[in-house]
Amino acid sequence: MSALLEVRDLRVAFTRRGEPDTVAVDGVSFEVDPGQVVGLVGESGCGKSVTSLAIMRLLPARGVRLTGSVTFDGTDLLTLPEARMRELRGREMSMVFQDPLSSLNPVVPVGLQVTEVLRRHRGMGKEPARREAADLLDRVGIPDPRRRLDSYPHQLSGGMRQRALIAIALACRPRLLIADEPTTALDVTIQAQILDLLGQLVRETGTALVMITHDLGVVAGMCETVNVLYAGRIVERARRHRLFGTPRHPYTHGLLRSIPRLDAPAGEDLAAIGGSVNDNLPWTHACAFAPRCPRSLERCVEVTPDPETAGGRLLRCHNPVPASVE
Amino acid sequence: MSEPLLEVKDLAVHFPIKRGLVLDRTVGYVYAVDGVSLSVCRGETYGLVGESGCGKSTLGRAVLRLVEPTSGQVLFDGADIAPLRGEELRRMRRRFQMVFQDPMSSLDPRQSVESMLMEGMRAHGLSRGPEADAARMRELVDAVGLPTGALRRYPHEFSGGQRQRIGIARALCVEPDLIVADEPVSALDVSVQAQVLNLLARLQRELGLTYLVIAHDLAVVRHVSDRIGVMYLGGLVEEAPSQELYDDPQHPYTRALLSAIPVPDPELEDRRERILLTGDLPSPATPPSGCRFHTRCPWRQPRRCADERPELRVVEGADPGHRVACHWAERIRSGELAPHRVEPEIGTDDVLGRVGTPEAPGSVTEVLGR
Repeated sequence: MSALLEVRDLRVAFTRRGEPDTVAVDGVSFEVDPGQVVGLVGESGCGKSVTSLAIMRLLPARGVRLTGSVTFDGTDLLTLPEARMRELRGREMSMVFQDPLSSLNPVVPVGLQVTEVLRRHRGMGKEPARREAADLLDRVGIPDPRRRLDSYPHQLSGGMRQRALIAIALACRPRLLIADEPTTALDVTIQAQILDLLGQLVRETGTALVMITHDLGVVAGMCETVNVLYAGRIVERARRHRLFGTPRHPYTHGLLRSIPRLDAPAGEDLAAIGGSVNDNLPWTHACAFAPRCPRSLERCVEVTPDPETAGGRLLRCHNPVPASVE
Repeated sequence: MSEPLLEVKDLAVHFPIKRGLVLDRTVGYVYAVDGVSLSVCRGETYGLVGESGCGKSTLGRAVLRLVEPTSGQVLFDGADIAPLRGEELRRMRRRFQMVFQDPMSSLDPRQSVESMLMEGMRAHGLSRGPEADAARMRELVDAVGLPTGALRRYPHEFSGGQRQRIGIARALCVEPDLIVADEPVSALDVSVQAQVLNLLARLQRELGLTYLVIAHDLAVVRHVSDRIGVMYLGGLVEEAPSQELYDDPQHPYTRALLSAIPVPDPELEDRRERILLTGDLPSPATPPSGCRFHTRCPWRQPRRCADERPELRVVEGADPGHRVACHWAERIRSGELAPHRVEPEIGTDDVLGRVGTPEAPGSVTEVLGR
């Protein structure tokens, strides 16, 4: 089965006159099969959001240098004329963002924001679109959907707004949905509702989902394959049971051990990862994580680790955690 | 157990909602904290957990009198702090300090670290001369894991985790007995959270501090706390020693909260039963009658739940330090009562009329319109 989305060697650099480039995404490659749920995990500054914006061609035209390839169903998105891209966006591929209040137009009622998508991409008339919009709001669990069509975003709670955003994103039954931190701004019980909803809808419609988050718990529950990003590169990729069961990259390993967990004994000190992202080295001639890595060797600060694939796992490390150790 | 350092008795904080162009009329109240009683013993860490709108942050601020309580008492080391005014209050404040959530905005960008630390010390007459002070400064930054050079630098030169450490050093500089930490790690990256949590634990051991930690992340709170109180819509619904709360959650809300937290373990995630709550938090301006949680409770019963507000009590057969505010706790615990599906409420009558308040707001700030 050929992949629905293929990202190859994506590199995104932000340029400023007189300053060296800031490389946000530094050679990211991954695939998403039809109907698959893939996770992109990392902390702030790792490049996950910029990756998603690059895929959707939502980065500004000026000041950005984009190289590599992003293929959607055989079409190269990076060289597509903007008019064609606009047709794809919203219909074949769509996105759900982190902060629903700033992603929804505050001066337009929610209903109109849904019907806009339906009329633009499915050519629906005004009344049929309104009926469909009410249906969609109902499907995402918004109570009293007919009345809600005329509500403004600020009249809805955070959870409701996120549901509305999901309704807009899925209105045209896209084949790919990218969700960038869709529940970070929400309370945990609301988060559980939204993730459950997202999971259900994605299964029902067969939409592929790219889930971008810093929360490893969310990923463990939802994503079949998980990509761990650090400083703009994927440092480990594996199917979720393998990744969580035997994390082999020291960053993944360290991250999992530093999180306070409900199912672990309380009170012992957490195994924190030392230093901060300010200590990173450039990938060009070293491993970015080396200064913070408890397993770093001399080689790590001199030679870039190449990605190696073995047994379905991708690993970018000179000295990974041995497979037999937990 | 030693004497309580902090005792909160039936505390209420009600914020008036004012509307009007020329004259500000009070059109209602936000019942942010609505009758909470708890106590924290010396040397203990009490964790207060709950989601937006539950009143935990307001309670933390009321304890320090950063917000005036509407009624109830706050006893610090046996003394009621409510009647304290001016100089007396100021001097008392040395003994309880706060660490704030946002390390970016809680530090004065125009002051060096040294200046911020000295300010507190001088204000409370703890300055002992330039040499002793310099030594104390070095001790403080060292205690929070920062290099001595940090003293001369300004907040913008530090990362989030480092700024949070400075905030902790600032709280420590006046040698307090109690530190109220309001969401101390939620603004930090995951890998940095662990560093700060370890620091807080170490300082407590070394300095004999008492903490009131307020957070929405139950895993974080459980990790640092001896006892945990769960809040919902202005009230305490359950209180227990940390491990107890996890092993034997008695209140329906606590059970829903625990089941909602994602755990980085695919096997567990696949197996676990989720108790999903329907709908959103009711407005803290119009809390439901009787038990505040009854409108969303999967174990709601036709009797008592909608009429009587349950008191915190110990359930027979459970740990005596474990209190729960639920009429049916015993029967839920034994499994006799099963959860059922709850239909979400459709827009209730807004007591404030057409003032543009969200009908199902996510937080107190949304209702107050700020």
